[in-house]
Formats: sequence, C-alpha cells, structure tokens
Amino acid sequence: MFLASLVEPAFGLIFWMTLSFGIVFFLLAKFAWKPILNSLREREKSIEDAISEARKAREEMAGLKASNEELMRQARAERELLLKDARDIRDKEIAEAKTKAKAEADALLGRAREDIRNEKNAAITEVKNQVAELSVQIAERILKEKLGDAAAQKALVDKVMNEADLRRS
Amino acid sequence: MALKPLLRATFLLAGTLLLAPLFAQQEEPHEAPAAEAHAVAAAHDEHGTEGEAKKFDAGKLIMEHIADEHGWHIAGEGHGSIVLPLPVIIYDTQRGLSLFSSSRFDHGHAAYDGYKLEEGRIVAVDASGAIDEAATANIWDLSITKNVASLMLVMVILLVMFIGVARAYARRPGQAPKGLQSLMEPIILFVRDDVAKSAIGAHKYARFMPYLLTVFFLIFFANLLGLIPFIPGGANVTGNIAITLTLAMITFLIVTFNGNKHYWHHIFAMPGVPAWVLIILTPVEVLGMFLKPFVLMIRLFANITAGHIIALSFFSLIFVFGATSAAAGYGVSVVSLAFTVFMTFLELLVAFIQAYVFTFLSAMYIGAALEENHEHKESLV
Repeated sequence: MFLASLVEPAFGLIFWMTLSFGIVFFLLAKFAWKPILNSLREREKSIEDAISEARKAREEMAGLKASNEELMRQARAERELLLKDARDIRDKEIAEAKTKAKAEADALLGRAREDIRNEKNAAITEVKNQVAELSVQIAERILKEKLGDAAAQKALVDKVMNEADLRRS
Repeated sequence: MALKPLLRATFLLAGTLLLAPLFAQQEEPHEAPAAEAHAVAAAHDEHGTEGEAKKFDAGKLIMEHIADEHGWHIAGEGHGSIVLPLPVIIYDTQRGLSLFSSSRFDHGHAAYDGYKLEEGRIVAVDASGAIDEAATANIWDLSITKNVASLMLVMVILLVMFIGVARAYARRPGQAPKGLQSLMEPIILFVRDDVAKSAIGAHKYARFMPYLLTVFFLIFFANLLGLIPFIPGGANVTGNIAITLTLAMITFLIVTFNGNKHYWHHIFAMPGVPAWVLIILTPVEVLGMFLKPFVLMIRLFANITAGHIIALSFFSLIFVFGATSAAAGYGVSVVSLAFTVFMTFLELLVAFIQAYVFTFLSAMYIGAALEENHEHKESLV
C-alpha cells in the first residue's frame, strides 16, 4: 500500500509541479537567466576584446622595436661609411701632401745640386786659370832669374809658391 | 564534439550504475530487521490503540517519511505529534471545490465534510464512516501536501536567489562576481559550457539554457533541502515519482517538438539500414523515444529515494536494537550515526550528480533531436 503510493504518481503533485514549474521557469527565464547569461556573455566578450587588444598592442610594440633597431642599424652603418670616407679622404690628402712635399724637396735639392755643380765648375775653372797663370808666372820668373843652381831654383820655386796665394782666387 | 565532457559523463553514468547495487546491498540487511520489526510490531499491535503505539515500526516510519503527506510532520507520534497543518484542496466532480486545513483530519482519525484520510490517501466516506469507493473516484486531490509545500519553498528560494544574482550582475556590470553571485557563477558556467554547449552544440544551446538551468537548480536545491532532516527540509521532493515524471515529461516534450527532419528520419527510417531490418529497428527506436524520459524519471526518483531510505534505515536500527535492550540501542547508535554521517556526505555528492545527470541527459536528448548528421546524408546518397 505504501509502496504502491510511492511509485504511483499523485495527480495533485503533478498539477502543482507543472503549475509552479511553469511560473518559476517563466519568471527565472525573464528576470534571472536572461540578464545573467547576457552579462556573462558581455563580460567574456569584453575580456576577450581586452586580451586581443593587448596582443595587438604587444605586436605593435614588437614591430616598433624591430623598426627602431633597423633604424639604429642603418644609422650605425651610415656612420661607419662616413667615418671610412673621412679616413680615406684624410689618407689621400696626407699622401698627396707627402708627394707634393717630396717633389718640392726634390726640386729644391736638384736646384741646389745644380748650383753646387755650377759653383764647383766655376771654382775648378778658376783654379785651373790661376794654376795656369801661376805656372806662367813661375815659368816667367824662372826664366827671368836665369836660374843658376839647383838650390837657387828650389828657393825660387818656394818663393813663388809662397807668394802664390792658392786660397785667394 | 569534445571528448572530455563525453568521457566525464560516461564516468558519472558508470559511477551511478555502480553505486546502485551498493545501495541495494546496504539496504537489504537493514530492511530485513526493519521488516521483522514491522512484523513484530504488527503482531503486537493487531488491535493496537494509540496508547500501545509505542512499539517501533521501522518499515512504516521509513515509508511515511518517504511518501507524501497531508500536513508537515515535525515531531512526536499519534495524537501528541506536532504537525504543521497544510491546506487540503479537493475538487469533487459531484460536489465541487472544497478547501480546509489538514488538521481537520486529526491524523487520519476523523472524517471531515465527507472526506477522510486513509493511509495517506483522501477518500470519500458516507454518513456511517465507511469508505465510499464510487464517490472516491470523483475526487481530484489538489492539496498542498508536504511535497507541494517543499517544492514551493524550493521555487521561492530559486526565485529569490537567482533574481538577486541577476541584480548583482546588473549592479556591477563587467566586474568580477561577488558573494552569492560568485558562488553561483561557476555552476551556471558549468551548466552552460559542460552541459549545454557540449551536448547541444555551440550554435543552438542558447535557446535551451533557461530550461536546463531551471531544471538543474531545481533538482539540486530540492535534493539538498531533502537532506535536512527537519522542517523546512526532510521532504522527499525529487524522490517523488510525480515530480520526476513531470520533469521527464517536459524534457520529452521539448525533445519531441524540437526534433528536426533528421531526428524523425532516424527514428522511423534509419538511414543506411536495409528495409527488413527496419521492421525490427523502427519499433525499437520508437520505444527508445519514450524509454529515454522514462529512464530519466526512474533514475532521479530511485537515487534520491534510496538515499532517504538508507539514512532512515540506519536510524531505525538504533530503535530496533533499543527495543530489545537499551544498551544495544546506545551501542548501535554510535555505528549508525557514523554511517549516516558518511551517507549524508555521499548524498551531498549524489544531490549534485543527479542534478547534473538529469540536466546533461536532457541536453543530450535535445542535442540528438537537433543534430544535423552529415555522415548519414552521405550514406543516403
């Protein structure tokens, strides 16, 4: 009897269950589930948006950093190039200056040598002339004194030689 | 479909099936003494008056607690018992509507207005007090019984709680949940993501969310309220077949009215099956259509009722032994209490699992009714 009442659905309970479930379902669906599910969805969407935005920002930052590095690299390369150019120019100028200085020095030296040679030649010519003149004078004196003996000749030669001032040109 | 939720569901179902014989095994040895006690008590109480009703009848006690009743029993027995009277509403096809307090029946001892309470059932009586079966057939009992009152309490709790939670969402849009809201949100998300989305599919689940959430929380709260041994708990709402029948019927109606062409095609002419097999298969499929909600109804009813029976059996044991000797009663009470505490923890788990299983299977059936199966379309061509 009790067992039968346990598995036999009571009509009253089905009636009240259907009625109350219907009312509560309607009220909950309208005033609870709809706003709750909507807010949950909105919040999830806003979180998702925030995450994707953050990712985008991070990617942008990474891009910016990469482009900065590229710029730096370019600048560094340019500086290297400029420095190299400057060094080349300097080296070239130094080399040119050296060459020019050397050429000038050579030219000066050449001219000096020329002068020296000329002077030397002139001196030699002078000496030759003087020697010749002396020789002539000596010969003249010797011939004039009528040279008697060897000693006299020697003394004569010495005398002439002493008179002849070789240093005076 | 995702594999994980399916596996989880399979595990839960297997667990439920494995637990069932465990319940049965635990039940039997305690049912036996209970039945014995019943027999003994019955022998003593053959012509028992209220004064002699001190004899303990475990079977009767358990059944009375599990069954529905007119009036909410609080404490005591017989005439001295404290009962919260509840309204009796009777619609008689001959006499029309009558409404009075259940206290008028005086625990089944008095007739009122031609009606009497006989073993929990309202019957019509004639002037001499004999039961009039013909008049009883005209009665539609719409009384607010203990289960109806408890059900309404659950409904009120649901309304207050979730409209409150919805307000919290409106008050703090886009912010982290707080208080009750944060307690309920994971469960709502669980029903949405692991039940509705996985069983119905991410595109169509939204339409069924209100139903699934309502059913889940109704069963869950009713189960929990049933675990409280005294008023306002103690009613066996979800362990009552009328309640589970109504819920299963709603699921059945939703499935049937939402079934698409493919679903019906699957039932009446399973694609890719030879015609002679269909003669066998179609009746099986049609039977299955009704069997699914039937199983939903039985599973919830049996699980919750079994839990109540076990807890009460353990307590009855104390008094069965106490009847033989007081010392035995006290001795057994320690063991009984320990077992009941363990069972109550298990029942807390069962309260959630059964709510989950009912909701998940409902969602699965709805999902099956909405499914557009591409494999079978290929086999059709």
